[in-house]
Amino acid sequence: MQIFNIVIAGVGGQGVLMASKVLAESALASGMDVKQNEVHGMAQRGGSVISFVRIGEQVNSPVVMPGTADLLISFEPLEALRYIHYLKPEGRLVYNKVSINPSTVAAGLAVYPDDVEQQITTACAAAQGIEALSIAREAGNGKAVNMVMVGKVMEYLPLKEDVITEVVKQISRDKGVDVNMKALAGGAAA
Amino acid sequence: MKKIISGNEAIALGFGDAGGVFASGYPGTPSTETLEEVARLGDVYCEWAANEKVALEAAIGGSIAGGRSLSTMKHVGVNVAADPLMTLTYTGVNAGLILMVADDPGMHSSQNEQDSRNYAKFAKVPMLDPADSQEAYDMVRAGFEISEQFDTPLMLRTTTRISHAKGVVVPHAKVEPQIGEWVKDVPKYVMLPNFGKIKHVQVEERLLKLQEFAETTPLNRVEMGDTEIGIITSGVSYQHAREACPNASFLKLGLVHPLPERKIREFAASVKRLVIVEEMDAIFEEQIRAMGIEVEIGKNKLPLCGEINADLIRAALGDTTTKVIPPVEGLPQRPPVFCPSCAHRGLFTILSKLKAFVSGDIGCYTLGALPPMGAMHSVIDMGASISAAHGMAKVNALAGRDEKPVAVIGDSTFFHSGITGLLSLAYNGGNALVIIMDNRTTGMTGGQENPGSGNTLQGVAAKQVEIAPLVKALGIENVAELDAYDLEATEAAIKKGLETPGPYVLIDKNPCILRYRIRKPAIKVDQDKCTGCRACLKVACMALGLTASGEKQKVRVDPNVCNGCGVCAQMCKFDAMHAIEGENNANL
Repeated sequence: MQIFNIVIAGVGGQGVLMASKVLAESALASGMDVKQNEVHGMAQRGGSVISFVRIGEQVNSPVVMPGTADLLISFEPLEALRYIHYLKPEGRLVYNKVSINPSTVAAGLAVYPDDVEQQITTACAAAQGIEALSIAREAGNGKAVNMVMVGKVMEYLPLKEDVITEVVKQISRDKGVDVNMKALAGGAAA
Repeated sequence: MKKIISGNEAIALGFGDAGGVFASGYPGTPSTETLEEVARLGDVYCEWAANEKVALEAAIGGSIAGGRSLSTMKHVGVNVAADPLMTLTYTGVNAGLILMVADDPGMHSSQNEQDSRNYAKFAKVPMLDPADSQEAYDMVRAGFEISEQFDTPLMLRTTTRISHAKGVVVPHAKVEPQIGEWVKDVPKYVMLPNFGKIKHVQVEERLLKLQEFAETTPLNRVEMGDTEIGIITSGVSYQHAREACPNASFLKLGLVHPLPERKIREFAASVKRLVIVEEMDAIFEEQIRAMGIEVEIGKNKLPLCGEINADLIRAALGDTTTKVIPPVEGLPQRPPVFCPSCAHRGLFTILSKLKAFVSGDIGCYTLGALPPMGAMHSVIDMGASISAAHGMAKVNALAGRDEKPVAVIGDSTFFHSGITGLLSLAYNGGNALVIIMDNRTTGMTGGQENPGSGNTLQGVAAKQVEIAPLVKALGIENVAELDAYDLEATEAAIKKGLETPGPYVLIDKNPCILRYRIRKPAIKVDQDKCTGCRACLKVACMALGLTASGEKQKVRVDPNVCNGCGVCAQMCKFDAMHAIEGENNANL
C-alpha cells in the first residue's frame, strides 16, 4: 500500500499529541508500520503545534513533506490555514471551527483574519469545519476536542473504527473512558 | 511484544533491558523523556542531577563501582559535562558507560545547533547514531558491549527526529543487571600527569582498534541497490535519504566515530556518484575527502544549518518537487507564550514598563524577550544571567553609567549554574538586581523535579533547598520576597532593588501553574466600562483579544483560556475587568 500521510495541527495544550498517539497505536494494532513525530519543545501553552503520523507497509522518514498529506486535521482554523500547503491536491481537510487567539493577536500586534474559513475553502474546496468544542462539552468535557476530531476523521483513515475505539478505551484514564467514547461518537456524527 | 515508542523511550527501555544499573541526567529538550522513562521502568535507579557535569560524574562513579551507567543530556549539556568527558576518555570505564546526547538540528527548542559528533572526535570516543526507535533500543546494548570491550565511554547520539519520533520496537530478552567489583586502581583512575601520559597513548591505540572494529561491525551496513547513486549517511538522515532515493545504494553508518575507512573506499568505488547526507556539520565529508575520495554531493548542495529532509535531498540531486497548494503568507505568528496565569507575566509586565536592561537565562522566562514585552536583552547559556549582569555592572561603573542591570533566572537554572555566578558576584563586590523565579519545578522542559521541588525523579520525598538562606550564605545581604501577581508591589520591590546600591536578590515563590495544575475563576470584561485603551493587552496573555472589528474595538477575555490570575485586571484603569466567581472553563 501507499503510505498514508496525516498532519495534525493545533495549539499547544489542545491534545494534538494524544490524538496522534491514538492514530499511531491504532495503526500498530492493525499490523501496519507507522511513524509518528511532533516537535514538542517548550512546555508552555499557546504555541503552534504540528504532528505527523505516517502509516504504511514500511515507513522511513518520520516527517511529512508539504504537498503530500492525505489528511490534515486541524484543531483550530488559523492553524489549518498555516499548514494547508501540506495537503496533496486530493487531500482532505477537517478542522475545528473554534478559534484561539495567537499571543500576537492577544497583544494587539496582529489581527486574526476574519476570512480564515473562506481562505480555507478557497484552498481546499472539500474542507469540513465542525464545532468540536461544543460537541466535546456535550460529551462531558471541553478537553475532549481531540477525541471529537479523531471521531470525525475515522471514516477517512485506512484503519478500522473498532480498532480506534478499542485503543481510545485502553489509553483513557478510568473516568475519561465515557467522555472519550461519547466524544468519538459525537465527532463521527458531526 | 511490539510497541510504538519514541527514541527516548526506546533508549530508556534498552537501558533497563541491557542490565542498566545507574542513570543520571539533567532535563533538556529533546533528551528529557529518556530519564523520565527510566523512572517509569520502576526497577532501575535514576536521578536528576543539578547539572550535566554532576550527572556525568555521577555516572562515572556508577561505572567505577561496577554498574552499567547512563548519563542523559541535550547537546549544550555536553558543554557543561565536557570537563569530566575529556578526562573520562583517558580513565576509561569499569562497567559500561553511555553518555546519551540529544542534538536539536533546526533549533526547535535550543539556543544553538551544535553537532555533537564533534565531541566524539574531540574526546576520541566511539559514537553510535540510531536511525529509528528500534536502533535506539538496540544500540544501548551494543553500546555497553563496545564500552566494556574497548574500555571506553561511548556516546549515543540522537537528534530531535529520533528522540521524539515514535516507531515500532520489538524488545529482546532482558539481561539481568550484574554489579561488578569496586576496584582501587590508581594508575587507571587518578589522572595525575604521569598516569595521564600513559593513558593518552592508550587512547590513541584504542581509537585504532575501534577503527578496525568499525570495518566489520554490522552497525555499519551496506545496502546495495542501483549503483548510479551511492549515499553515505547515518541517523534520521538515512530515513530521509531512503525516502528520497528508494533505489539508491547506501552505506548506512551506525558507528559514526571512528569511521571505517576501507569500507568507505570500497563503497565509493562500487558506485558512480557518491553522495553524503548528514545534518549540520560536514563531519563525514571532511574525513572522507581527506581520504582522497571524490564526493559529488555533500555540503556543496545540502545545508549546514537546520534539518535535512527528503525534499532537500531530492533538490540536491536535481529532482524537482511540485507543490500544489502554496503556503499562505502573512498569517499572524503563534509563538509559545507564558501560560495563562503564569507568574512570569506580572514580572515581565513591570520589567517592560521600567525599561531596565535584563540579563536573561534559559527557561520559560526567556519568552519575556518577545513582543510586546521585549524585556530581556541577553540570553547566552545556563547561569549567564547573573555572571553576565555582573560584568555589565563593572563596565557600566567604569563608563560612569548609573544603571544597574537586572538578572532573571529560574530555580532549576539557579541550582544548575546560577549559584556559582552569584557567589562570584558577591565576592567581587558586584552590583546587580537578581530576580529568582522560584516556581519549584523545571518548567520549560515540562515540569521535572529539582533540588527545590521536594521530590526525586523516582518520586521519593527529598531535601528541599530554600533559596533565601542559600543566597545569604553566598554573601548577599539584601534578600527580599516578591509576589509577581501583585503588579504594584512588584514595581515597588524592583525599584527598591535598583535604587539600593550593591547586590540585591528578589525571590518569587509562586508555583508553576502548569506543574501544580492551579485553577482560578476566569476574568470577564464589562463592555460598558471598557474604553478599548488596550492597556491590559500589554500583559501578553492569549486569553485576551479585541472584539470583532467595529467602530470601537474593546477587549474580551476568552473564558476557554483564562485562568483568572487577574494580572490584566490590574492594568485596567476603568474597573472593567473582574473575576466571575465559580467559573473556570479553561481548556488548555
